[in-house]
Amino acid sequence: MEIDFGRLAAIIIAAIFVNNFVLTRFLGLCPFIGISRKLDVAVGMGVSMTFVVTMSSMLTWPLYRFVLVPFGLEYLNIITFILIIAVFVQLVEIFLRKFNPVLYQALGIYLPLITCNCVVLFVALLNVQNSLNFVESVVQGFSAGLGFALALIVMTSIRVRLETAKLPLAMRGAPIAFIIAGLMSLAFLGFSGLIAE
Amino acid sequence: MSKDTLGCAKNCFLNGICWENPTFRLMLGLCPTLAVTVTAINGLGIGLAAMFVLLGSNIMVSLIKNYVPPQVRIPCYILIIATFVTIAKLLLQAYVPMLYARLGLFVDIMVVNCIILGRAEAFASKNSVGISAVDALGMGLGFTLATVTIGSIREILGSGSFFGKMVMAEGFNPAIGMILPPGAFLTIGLIMAGLNRYFYYRREEQRGD
Repeated sequence: MEIDFGRLAAIIIAAIFVNNFVLTRFLGLCPFIGISRKLDVAVGMGVSMTFVVTMSSMLTWPLYRFVLVPFGLEYLNIITFILIIAVFVQLVEIFLRKFNPVLYQALGIYLPLITCNCVVLFVALLNVQNSLNFVESVVQGFSAGLGFALALIVMTSIRVRLETAKLPLAMRGAPIAFIIAGLMSLAFLGFSGLIAE
Repeated sequence: MSKDTLGCAKNCFLNGICWENPTFRLMLGLCPTLAVTVTAINGLGIGLAAMFVLLGSNIMVSLIKNYVPPQVRIPCYILIIATFVTIAKLLLQAYVPMLYARLGLFVDIMVVNCIILGRAEAFASKNSVGISAVDALGMGLGFTLATVTIGSIREILGSGSFFGKMVMAEGFNPAIGMILPPGAFLTIGLIMAGLNRYFYYRREEQRGD
């Protein structure tokens, strides 16, 4: 398998900035709006998300290439991928509880929630759709996680400041969060054109 | 069906459309709501697809609720949902390939849509088949209403058309921003604030008095 470093760099920049999974593809919005209130939680969520997306790209690629394709079962990809992801997240949870209870406590409910995060499944399906090779898939997974973490951390930092601002009652909470997301997304539009597609 | 069940069914139905609208009130399943609603027709497509999956999964889950051990219920629900999503995807690919090409992977990732799993867990696993189906219809309609509204606003302002027909006067300069990602966030934020101000909070105030 040959590795094309130029292509890898393009994938990284595209996934983090140009096609940021949260701000231009609207994935993983539930945690993005829901838990962007405390900075330490946002960092924890970003890190665990990056880990899970990378690992799930690593697991689903061989499954698709060596099991589903040879048997002509490509249409089962949604069902098998979601099972793999769910089982993997469960494993990480059991493992962490035993070996690193502090981190487990810190992540709390967010780890199991990642199963239901669209970024994870979307990246797995996107790898298949774009027919990336193994290294490219893993890199795409990793940078998708980083892009998610970046957007979540920036958003949380802004919302922490907003806590003390005087907002109209109707705008408090989710509506203002969406408007901020819109403005951030507008800023990220500036990155488009960085990569010729 | 007795009068009681009829009244309850009506409540469930309205609940999904209005008081617990999945998009504007519960804020669940936002990814497809924002990602594909560039035009009204896309919004209608994703809304109906979600309604189909909701209906199928709610009926199946309420049928098997007494046979599944509680420890493994979530994986079972996800498998049921994934099956219906695969059916919806294959149907869309076969009959409306143009629409499927535009919705793309966002149909696939309905598997992890929180509305569908949420209704299976919170409603269908505790209620009878009939009521669960009504709840699915209400929630599905509420979701479709939201996607079509957002889609229409973005299409009218962003490309000057409505369901593909030009509606704006000659010389109208479309706001491209509305069909780009920022437009989606701004639209939903402003709609939500407007609904809060003129509808939900006002109603709550009246109740408070």
